[in-house]
Amino acid sequence: MAIVKLKDIAQTRSGDKGNTVNVGVFAPNQAIYQAFLTELTAERVKEYFTGLVEGEVTRYELPNILALNFVCTEALDGGGSTTLRLDNLGKCFGANMLRLEIEIDDQLLKVKKRGE
Amino acid sequence: MKKVRIGAAQGFYGDTIEAAVATAEKGDVQYLCFDALAELTMAILVKDKRKNENAGFTKDIPLQMKALLPYVREKGIKLLTNGGGINPIGAQQEILRVAREMGVSGLKVAVVTGDNVLDRIPEFLEKGYPLNHLETAKSIEDVKRRLEFANAYIGAEPIVKALEGGADIVVTGRTTDTAQFLAPLIYEFGWSPDEWDKLASGVFMGHLLECSAQSTGGNFSGNWWEIEGFDRMGYPIAEVSENGNFIISKVEDRGGLVTVDTVKEQMLYEIHDPSAYITPDVIVDLTNVKLENAGSNKVSVTGVKGKPRTDTLKVVMGYENGYASQVIVGFSWPDAMLKAKKVDEIIRIQLERYHLNYQEVRTDFMGYNSLSGPLAHDSQSELNEVFLRMVVRAETKQEAARFSRLFPPIALNGPPSMSGFAGNASPRALLGMWSTLLPREEVENQVKVEVVEV
Repeated sequence: MAIVKLKDIAQTRSGDKGNTVNVGVFAPNQAIYQAFLTELTAERVKEYFTGLVEGEVTRYELPNILALNFVCTEALDGGGSTTLRLDNLGKCFGANMLRLEIEIDDQLLKVKKRGE
Repeated sequence: MKKVRIGAAQGFYGDTIEAAVATAEKGDVQYLCFDALAELTMAILVKDKRKNENAGFTKDIPLQMKALLPYVREKGIKLLTNGGGINPIGAQQEILRVAREMGVSGLKVAVVTGDNVLDRIPEFLEKGYPLNHLETAKSIEDVKRRLEFANAYIGAEPIVKALEGGADIVVTGRTTDTAQFLAPLIYEFGWSPDEWDKLASGVFMGHLLECSAQSTGGNFSGNWWEIEGFDRMGYPIAEVSENGNFIISKVEDRGGLVTVDTVKEQMLYEIHDPSAYITPDVIVDLTNVKLENAGSNKVSVTGVKGKPRTDTLKVVMGYENGYASQVIVGFSWPDAMLKAKKVDEIIRIQLERYHLNYQEVRTDFMGYNSLSGPLAHDSQSELNEVFLRMVVRAETKQEAARFSRLFPPIALNGPPSMSGFAGNASPRALLGMWSTLLPREEVENQVKVEVVEV
């Protein structure tokens, strides 16, 4: 097993709605998607975003596009037009997610690259 | 088989018009659709309207019209925009004015109104609709006196009516981001109000187009450095079939990239439950969507499912929520971070001494943690420079204004090398957002479509 940052194996995109931020996390292939299902639990993501996300984290699965969608409530200190944060629209949540580390089978890393 | 080609023209208020012009010229589209409104945009437009009764629509409308009216006239391309914002009638007048100025005649400009429900809030409360906050279930009691705007998200129906009335241009207020994109399909294909899968497909197409370059390589989190032409991005074009399936592409000689990987990022952008993306037109289910490579810069989209629309519409209100005052000061190496931390400490001691009890005092170290907050790593090497950003939340403008006055003396009294002072700016008004639900018919019975010919 190896420890790997999501940056090296995943795509992400985040956006806001009111005080809620969602983060889509995309796997490059089926095997890594399976690993995400085990490693990237809602609990794990909520703990990871401690200090940024005050509310609940819900995980939705999209096996059809090998993606997970994390919906984080109370995540923007009130929402885009009232927050004091610089990342007022949650655009950097996706980037921040890329620093999260997960444990993954070494074999999977050999085919990790997007599109390869 | 009949196909409808639709181009994305604007992803937000302030977007470039260049891409839309390129699509009008070479994209072979019948429609150009604009999404100008975000929650934040409504807040900006309300502030504009407060200063000037005639304002409140997106100010780039005349610019867009000047650039695109020639194509409306020569190629029959129709323009659909929700840039009317808080003042759609003002926007319609502006479009007519520009058309006259350009000597265009025979042009039909439609306006959709009725989304603005601010004056009807007391009526709704009297009727017993609680208007509780959608997410927190809190009562509206506290904020109802501070409301600045209240708009229902309306769907594609009135835009379809405008097209049936022969409109070349349709301007609306707070329609959903996707309504502009769905309406031409209902109009062209004659889809019934209960063909849920087709409607859902149309809404999803709108979702993929509404943020312009976000599905053609903009904001791409993958190998973004491999994407060419960020300086002249092509915006997405959808070619939609009668059954709702569609292909996303872009004008070939513009920048950007259309692949399954670029499209799927936009697919989840600002989506919550992917099995129930709720719009006024249909509930969209994305769990069976298939994205497939269909050639160079082409992605085919199939498998969108729909469920019957809800009996309620979402209403988003903005309420006055105090003021923020922000100061930014920079410090250079050596000990840049230590210096910035010291000033944070000095200011906080002074806040206490002067009994300035702000609701919130926030400190960010720009260049270190201002975009990552608690997720920032410890800095491995000493930073060349750090900008200290401090911002407070206050109830009144006067209270907020006092904050920035603490900083100038630090330039001489504090740690060395303070520079790049960006303070004493006017405090910024904050708007809280209040989302709630209303029975659909309460809004829809007041929606009006008016077509004017120039």
